[in-house]
Amino acid sequence: MTDLHWMSALELADALDAKDVSSREITEALVARGDALEERLGTFLHRTSERALEEADAADARRSAGEAKSRFDGIPVAYKDLFVTKGVPTTSGSKILKGFVPPYDATVVARSDAAGLPMLGKTNMDEFAMGSSTENSGYQKTRNPWDTERVPGGSSGGSAAAVAAGMTPWAWGTDTGGSIRQPASLCSLVGVKPTYGYVSRYGMIAFASSLDQAGPLTRTVADAAALLEIAAGHDAMDSTSIRDERPALLDGIDGGIEGLRIGVVKEFVGGGSDGVRAVTDEAYARLEKLGATLVEVSLPSFQHGIPAYYLVAPAECSSNLARFDGVRYGARVEADDIIKMTSRTRSEGFGAEVKRRIMLGTYALSAGYYDAYYGKAQKVRTLITQDLAKAYEKVDLIATPSSPTTAFKIGERTDDPLAMYLSDIFTVPVNLAGNAGISVPAGLAPDDGLPVGLQLIAKSLDEPTMFKAAYAFEQDLGFATSPEGRASI
Amino acid sequence: MTQVQDLYETTVGLEIHVELSTASKMFCGCRVSFGGDPNTRTCPVCLGMPGSLPVPNEKAIEFTMKIGLALGCKIAEHSLFHRKNYFYPDMPKNYQISQYDSPLCHEGAVEISGDWGTHKVGITRVHLEEDTGKSIHIGGGGRIADSDYSLEDFNRAGTPLVEIVSEPDIRSADEARAFVTDLRATIEALGVSDVRMEEGSMRVDANVSVRLKGAKEFGAKVEVKNMNSIRSVVRALEYEEERQRKALDAGEMLVQETRHFDEKTGVTSSMRTKEYAFDYRYFPEPDMVPFEPAETWVGSIRESLPERPAARRARFAEEYGLGAKDVEVLTSSFKAAQWFEAAAAAYPGDAKKVVNWIIADLFGLLNEAGLELWESKIAPSQLANLVTLIDSGKISGKQAKLVLGGMFETGNDPEKVVAEKGLEQVSDAGAIEAVVDEVIAENADAAGKVRSGNLGTIGFLVGQVMKKSKGKANPQMVNELLRRKLS
Ligand SMILES: [Zn+2]
Repeated sequence: MTDLHWMSALELADALDAKDVSSREITEALVARGDALEERLGTFLHRTSERALEEADAADARRSAGEAKSRFDGIPVAYKDLFVTKGVPTTSGSKILKGFVPPYDATVVARSDAAGLPMLGKTNMDEFAMGSSTENSGYQKTRNPWDTERVPGGSSGGSAAAVAAGMTPWAWGTDTGGSIRQPASLCSLVGVKPTYGYVSRYGMIAFASSLDQAGPLTRTVADAAALLEIAAGHDAMDSTSIRDERPALLDGIDGGIEGLRIGVVKEFVGGGSDGVRAVTDEAYARLEKLGATLVEVSLPSFQHGIPAYYLVAPAECSSNLARFDGVRYGARVEADDIIKMTSRTRSEGFGAEVKRRIMLGTYALSAGYYDAYYGKAQKVRTLITQDLAKAYEKVDLIATPSSPTTAFKIGERTDDPLAMYLSDIFTVPVNLAGNAGISVPAGLAPDDGLPVGLQLIAKSLDEPTMFKAAYAFEQDLGFATSPEGRASI
Repeated sequence: MTQVQDLYETTVGLEIHVELSTASKMFCGCRVSFGGDPNTRTCPVCLGMPGSLPVPNEKAIEFTMKIGLALGCKIAEHSLFHRKNYFYPDMPKNYQISQYDSPLCHEGAVEISGDWGTHKVGITRVHLEEDTGKSIHIGGGGRIADSDYSLEDFNRAGTPLVEIVSEPDIRSADEARAFVTDLRATIEALGVSDVRMEEGSMRVDANVSVRLKGAKEFGAKVEVKNMNSIRSVVRALEYEEERQRKALDAGEMLVQETRHFDEKTGVTSSMRTKEYAFDYRYFPEPDMVPFEPAETWVGSIRESLPERPAARRARFAEEYGLGAKDVEVLTSSFKAAQWFEAAAAAYPGDAKKVVNWIIADLFGLLNEAGLELWESKIAPSQLANLVTLIDSGKISGKQAKLVLGGMFETGNDPEKVVAEKGLEQVSDAGAIEAVVDEVIAENADAAGKVRSGNLGTIGFLVGQVMKKSKGKANPQMVNELLRRKLS
C-alpha cells in the first residue's frame, strides 16, 4: 500500500470501507507528517491535532456501528484560516484578528463536519486573502514543497502547500481572483473556483464579497469533485447562494470529452513564460487528442480584467474591513480616545498590502471618483461577462494557463505589487464574470522543472463538464502530482 | 411681529425614521423588541462578526411597501441595498446597509389640514435600512469625544428602520405637527410600527430654512435633531423659525448646519457645520442581490391598506356630525379613533355625547395618569353604558363623573361602580316629595320668594334637596316638584 499520506481521499475512503485502515491511523499519519514538515514549510497557522484525533476516533466508532456520516467520514481536512471555526482561533492571516475565537462555524466548515471530516487545523494565507504568494501573511511565510526557496502561490498558499506536501489529502481554500487556481498551478494541484454562489460564503471572512468563492485544493480531480459536493448547495444564511439544485460531479466524472468544443483565447496565445507556454500548448494538443475540438475565441475585454479587478476588489474590501476597529474583537491598541484607538489598532494590525488596497478602494468609492473608477470597473465586468457569454455560444469550455509563470522565488515580487498583481491575469476574469474555473496539473515546465497548471473555464453551473474534461486530461497525462523525492521534502 | 413674519417664509422638510415591529431583525433572526438586558438579542450577523452575511427580512420589505403605498408612493420595479460607510462604534460593521439611489418607494403625497386650510405634502422617498446599536458614554460631558469610556448595546442593531423623506412643502411648525400626526396615525393603522417618539421607535429630523418671501433660492438649510415628541417638533421648529428670522433681520448670514434641540430649554444649538460633511462612499451592497417586488405582491398590499387619516377625518365629520376640533383630537391616533368608534357603536344615541365624555372628562384622567385613550382600563362599551345610564336617569351627570373616576381606577362596569358607591339616583317620586316638603318647611323665606315669582331662588332649594338626599335625588324631578308645589 502507498503511504497513507500520499493516498487520495477517494482511496482512503475505499480503504476505510474495506476496514484496511482506521480513521485514527490516517489521522495519526497526517499529524506525524505535519510534525515532520511544518517547521520547514510553514503551512499551518493553527493546528488542531488533538481535536482531529478525537474526531477520528468518533468517526471510527460511527463506522463500526454502521452509522458513518458519509462516504468520507473520518478523512481529515484543513481549512484556510479565512473560514471561521467555532472555538478555534481564526485570523484570516491578519494580526488584527490575533486572539479572535469565532462563536460560530462557517457553512463550509459545518457541512464538512456534518460529513465527518476531522479538522487538522487552519492554514496560512495572504492577509485577508490579498496576495498571490502567501508572503503577505501577518504571521509567517509558507514555502512551496516543490522548491522551498519558492512561494506556493496565494492567497490559499498554506492549504496548497499542505496538500502538496501530503499533510492532508484535501483542503479548503478561497478564490477571489485566482487564490485557489494559482497556488494549485504552482504546487501541481487540482484547484477549483466554483460558480459564484455555488458554495455558501457564510463564515468566510470577506475580502471582496462579489468575487469570493470557496473551493477545494486536492491532488486529484475526483477528490476535488468529492470535497466540493460535500459543501455545495443552497444556504439560507447567504442570500447570494444559488437556489438551483447542484448537479452531481463525481458521478459521471469519467464521461470523457469526445465532441467537446474547447476555446483557446486568441488574445492569450503566446502569453505566459516560455515554460508555461510549452506545457499549455502541449495540454491543448492533448485535449484535442482526447476528442475535443479546439476553437479559437476572442475575449478582447479580458485585457481589462486586472485593472477592473483592482478597483472592484479594493472597493469592496475597504468597506468589508472597516469592521476591524478594535472595538468588539481581535487585537486592540489602547489609546486615549476612540479615534486614536481605532487608528492605532488599524495601523499596527493591518499589513502594507491590506492598507494599500483599503486606500485604493476608499479612493475609488469617493464622491466625484465613483463613476470614473468603481462605476467604470463594473462596466468592464459586464463586458467580460458578455464576451464570455458570446464565446460560450461557440464552445463548451475555455482553456488557458492558470498562471503566467511557475512558482517564483520568495521575495522576488514583494517590492513590485504590479508584477504580483499580474499573477492573476488568467484567473481574474473568471471571478469577475462569476463563472467556474479549475486548475489541473499539466506537467513540469521544461525550463525550470516546476509545475504548470491548465485552467479550464466553464459557464455558470456547468461544473460537470469542467470536471469531466479535467478528469479526462488528468487520467491521460498520468502525471504524478507529488513532489516526493524533491530535496525540499 | 406680524410685520416681520410677513417679510419671510419658512420651508420645512422632514426626515422621519420609523422602527418596524417585525418579529425578527432586518438581516438576521434575532428578535425585535424594546429594552432587555444589553447585548442579549444579538448574533454573529447583527454584531458584524467576521464572515457573517445579511439576509433581508421579507416582512420588513412588505411593511416598507405598506408605508410607501399608504403615503401614495410608487413602488420601485427594481430596488437594491447600498452600503453607507462611516465609522462609529455603535455600528458593528462600520457601514450601514441602507438604500441610496433605488429606494423601495418614491414620489408620494399626503394631504394635511388645519387652520391654514388643506394642502399636499410631497413624499420624496421611503426606504429601508438597519438601525444602529446604542452608545452610553460614561464620564465627561456625555458625548463620545470627552467621555472616559463608552458602552455599547447592540440589541437595537439591525432593527428594520424605515426612512421617510418629505418634500420641503411644509410652511410652519403647525403644518409639521399636522404632517407628523397624520403620518403617525397612518403607520399605526398599518400595524407595522409602535411609532412611539418617546421610546425612539419614531424619530423626526427637520430641515428648516427661512427666506424672503418670493425669493427664488431656498435659505441655508438647517437640520434640527433630537426632538422626542410631536410637541418638541413644534417647539423646536417655532424656535428655529424665530431664530432664523431674527438673524436675517439683523443682516446675518445663515449657515448650513446641524443643530441639536434641547428638550429642557427649548433652544437649538449648533452640532456641526457643513465643512464636516461626510463622504459615505455609497456603493451597491455586494452581499445581496437586487430585488424586484412582484406586481401581484404590491397589488395585494395596496388592496389591504386601511383607511387613511384624511379619509377618516372626512368620515368622522359626516358620519358622527363632529366639529373640526373633535375630529382632530379623535383622529390624531389610529388607536384613539378605533376606541372612539367602538364606543360610538355601543351607544344607541348621539355619538357627540360619547365624544364629550371622552374629551371633557376621560382625557383629564388619562393625562393625569400619563396614559393614552386605548391604554385606559375602561373599555369603549363601558363608556357607552355610562352615558346610557345618564340618559335613563339612573344617575345624574354629576354622579357620572364620580362613576367614571371609579371605572378608570378599577376597570369595572359602570353599574358595579354605581352600586358599590351607592350612587343610584332616587327617582321614586314619593321619597323625593318627602324631602322636598321638608326643605320647603325649613326654608320658608326662600319658598316664599319663589311663590311670589322669583324663580331664580329655585336653584337654592334644589341644592338643599340634593344635599339632604346626599346627591341621589333625580335633580330634574326635584325641580319639577318644587315648581309644582310653589306655583
Ligand atoms: Zn442578530
